[in-house]
Amino acid sequence: MEVPILKQGAVLIATFQAALSDADLNQLRSALVQQVVRFRSRGVIVDVTAMDVMDSFASRTLREIAHMIRLRGAETVIVGIQPEVAFAMVQLGLTLEGVATALDLEEGLAYLNQKFKTVK
Amino acid sequence: MAKRDESSELLRELVAHLRQNRTQLREEWVARISETRLLTAMTKEEIFAEATSVYDSYVEALETETFEALQAYARNLSERIIPRGVETHEVVGIVLLLRDVLARSLFAKYQTDFKKLNRILDAYEPAANRIANTVAVGFVQERERVIRQQQEAIRELSTPVLQVRERLLILPIIGVIDPQRARQLTEQLLRGIRTNRAKVVVIDITGVAAMDVTVANHLVQTVEASRLLGATVIVTGLSPEIAQTLVTIGVDLGKMNTVGDLQGGIEQAERLLGYKVAALAEPS
Repeated sequence: MEVPILKQGAVLIATFQAALSDADLNQLRSALVQQVVRFRSRGVIVDVTAMDVMDSFASRTLREIAHMIRLRGAETVIVGIQPEVAFAMVQLGLTLEGVATALDLEEGLAYLNQKFKTVK
Repeated sequence: MAKRDESSELLRELVAHLRQNRTQLREEWVARISETRLLTAMTKEEIFAEATSVYDSYVEALETETFEALQAYARNLSERIIPRGVETHEVVGIVLLLRDVLARSLFAKYQTDFKKLNRILDAYEPAANRIANTVAVGFVQERERVIRQQQEAIRELSTPVLQVRERLLILPIIGVIDPQRARQLTEQLLRGIRTNRAKVVVIDITGVAAMDVTVANHLVQTVEASRLLGATVIVTGLSPEIAQTLVTIGVDLGKMNTVGDLQGGIEQAERLLGYKVAALAEPS
């Protein structure tokens, strides 16, 4: 299942609708990395609220997405990690180090807007 | 079967004897109790009143050879005397004293007929031992029930997640943290972050003297899990011992945000949230 990517101002929003296969994740990664420059976006939000499991591949891909987008000149925030998922992740050592996280979409947008302001 | 009948016959005779000498034996028993300084938490009158009902239940249990009523009575008695600080050895002691007092009276009664005394004791001893057992077990079970109840109450009390400002939570931890409590704390904190939409959390561990490596690791994991939910954690009040433990397990200090005391932690949290606290006037 493909992940829809929405454009909202200077921000791209990708919302997971369900658990994704590895191929879907790879597809999402290349789509986001391409579109972030095409739309001249300054921020990307990946919303994982619907995910109730996060395996090591998904977690590594999210980190790669964040780092690649940084190299393409924008900021990434992962939002909506469930409490149980968060604790399971740290127990597996998947801590998404170096990646910004926020409670939900609203918080993610607030975080990016704050970032845009300080950079300006 | 014949033996059983004979034994019941003897018990009946025994019960009649105990009924007849109720007043005297009871007084002797109470005297022995105060002599051995048991039940010091209770007054003389109370001991006498309790002794009377224990005596009657005791005789009744011997007569009917059923222990349910006695069990219920023992539980009820324990419920009343445990809050007064009566100890297990005292309860066991008084029941054994009663057994001894009654055995002595049997010796006195049947001293001329040794064979009969033997048979009477054959009938009496198993029943008396079972009574002592029932009372002691009843007392210990009641105590354990009280302890379990208190443990539960402490556990519920011990994990408050408090909101002190918009989007600022405090989690004060006091006492010993075992792995089970650590897990519970984490669950409550993560849930609290979600429901209160917290951005900053101050975990105060001033009241925790030491923690083992497992729990320290758990604390670090809690900090990381909170970050995944978008909240910053500030840990305050680390004791030197806990600092030592954290250094030993090689915690990444870039991930841990620590401040010396709770006040400093709250001040830093307010800075992170963009608050500024200013005095309106000089304190009078």
